[in-house]
Amino acid sequence: MTLSASLDKDLLLEMQRRMLRIRLFDERASKMVKRGFIPGTVHTSIGQEAQVVGACMALAKGDHMTGNHRSHGHPIGMGSPLGPLMAELVGKATGVCKGKGGSLHLADYAVGSLGESGITGLSIPIAVGAGLSAQVMNEKRVALTFFGDGAANQGVLYESMNMASAWKLPVIFLCENNHYALSTPAHTVTGGRIVDRAFGFGMPGIRVENGQDVLEVYDAVAEAVARARRGEGPSLVEVMTYRFREHSEGLRINTDYRDANEREFWLSRDPVALFRAMLIERGIASAAEMDAVEAEIAQEVEDCVAFATESPDPDRSVAFADLYSDAYLLEDVL
Amino acid sequence: MTYIGAIGAAQQEAMAADPRVVILGEDVEANVYGTTGGSKQRAQQGDFVQQFGRSRIRNTPISEEAIVGAAIGAAMTGLRPIVDLSYSSFLYMAMDQFVNQAAKNRYMFGGQSSIPVVFRSAMFYGLATGAHHSDRPYPMFMGVPGLKVVAPASASDAKGLLRTAVDSDDPVLIFEAVRLWGTKEEVEDGEYRIPFGVARTRRDGRDGTVVGISGCVPLALEAARQMEARGVSCEVIDPRTLVPLDTRAIVRSVLKTGRLVIAEPAHRTCGAAAEIAAVVADEAHHALRAPIKRVAALNMQIPFNPVLEAEMYPTTERIVAAIEAVSADQLDTRTRRAGR
Repeated sequence: MTLSASLDKDLLLEMQRRMLRIRLFDERASKMVKRGFIPGTVHTSIGQEAQVVGACMALAKGDHMTGNHRSHGHPIGMGSPLGPLMAELVGKATGVCKGKGGSLHLADYAVGSLGESGITGLSIPIAVGAGLSAQVMNEKRVALTFFGDGAANQGVLYESMNMASAWKLPVIFLCENNHYALSTPAHTVTGGRIVDRAFGFGMPGIRVENGQDVLEVYDAVAEAVARARRGEGPSLVEVMTYRFREHSEGLRINTDYRDANEREFWLSRDPVALFRAMLIERGIASAAEMDAVEAEIAQEVEDCVAFATESPDPDRSVAFADLYSDAYLLEDVL
Repeated sequence: MTYIGAIGAAQQEAMAADPRVVILGEDVEANVYGTTGGSKQRAQQGDFVQQFGRSRIRNTPISEEAIVGAAIGAAMTGLRPIVDLSYSSFLYMAMDQFVNQAAKNRYMFGGQSSIPVVFRSAMFYGLATGAHHSDRPYPMFMGVPGLKVVAPASASDAKGLLRTAVDSDDPVLIFEAVRLWGTKEEVEDGEYRIPFGVARTRRDGRDGTVVGISGCVPLALEAARQMEARGVSCEVIDPRTLVPLDTRAIVRSVLKTGRLVIAEPAHRTCGAAAEIAAVVADEAHHALRAPIKRVAALNMQIPFNPVLEAEMYPTTERIVAAIEAVSADQLDTRTRRAGR
């Protein structure tokens, strides 16, 4: 029996809620970038919701997570409230990072989100450190780090996997393989399969072929989490998925770098639609119940946009705080 | 006590005082550099592995980026690691973690992270270790807001500053000059801390200020002693911490003496001396009776041959020459008075 088979209706609906939050939040963020309400750009997780939520829901309270530039889904997956996240994207005082991080650098320590990173692979060893502190302090928590197929070719990943394996740290290396590093097809720059690299470090490697199925992702990650919590060390989980939109919003690439048939194949596997259909088909929830869940999340997203819009801009002094723990050092800075 | 012994004592005290303190680094378990147990004074207590166990003192793989990144992550989630990176030249491999995580996380995440981690490294210059092991890279890190940069020049400072570094909730980089490891000074037995941003006046003087950094402090003291014999009284100041930098103490001294020489082992361009010179030019220009002189390493790579290598760094003679240059008018007066 798979671990997900024991999930009750509440948890299954919560999975769908979190996937819907990511979908609708990112759809709205995309529009806000286009209209200039969000400065800079954003990288959406649309199409990858199952991969994000399946992994985050396999974690428990107290666990830690680090992420990357495709950044909104990770804290949302961990249960972070939408208002402060959207306010952060807009740069408001009420943002989860007081308007100083922005889309690329979200973090919500209240839900174990230690920080997204704008540099490919940068936050991977942070999760190893969270695993180290758990081991030294004899706490049963685990740490999961999200990175893409692009970061899978950064040396720091292998330093981190080796260290975590040598010390048997409770870490889950989660590769979100969406098949492209911006416009570069992963297979053209990657030798062998990413999952097979686990073997070289003496850790289990699990590949989730259908990363559009939230329960398949959940099962693979939950098993890795259980192993880590038992003190048996790290795992590598590679989840095959697809980014439905462009690398970042507003980016225009004239070359058609993605094959039309491939796109069609993946677009027909919309994780949000698939899970809705599955829940109804299995008789877990009615269509009316699912409609109600969708309406509820749509309202949450409306509310978070209103919260962000109505929130004040940060006071100028905010730019000059939080560099050091000691305020006196500012005299040197200014 | 020696400088290296003082570091060992500080590490032992910090480990004993707080179970959150851990030591990570290459070869720390075997106490290869003498800072993790086994010195004469502490031999009967055994090494750190015996005292604190393998969970809290760990040999790392040779993976600088993962070591530094994991130490940051551990600091963000409850530990207070001391990382021994051995050679300062090895810091470059972890530059991304220093610059993009250690320095930025607290700020970027709106104050959510605390990063209480200490990175120790040693500058093996002047020891015929060749170009790859001789770097003095502390000025590069002074240019990264969010990091604290410490360069102790004596045993008692090394101990007290390291304890303050472990207490700090921000990342601290400590640069040790290996030339100083064997130097001795009276060191208090018990625990004590030396605050960051407070310079130490090593010698009082009236006619000129010599700021010495790291391994240049003993050279500056010797130069001052020689000049005293020639009737020029020099004040010698050791900033001890470069970020934060005690600019007030330096400016106050220059307001008194009117002359400034700065000696440091790093390269001249964009070094700590350049920064100090700029601050003094800005805040005490009216008091200067001569141009500011820097005595720094040449903008050159380090050759292996010890004779050639010696050409590259400040020496007592070069510091003396710089003091002579800024006190030429005074030396002339005294020479005339002496009837020579």
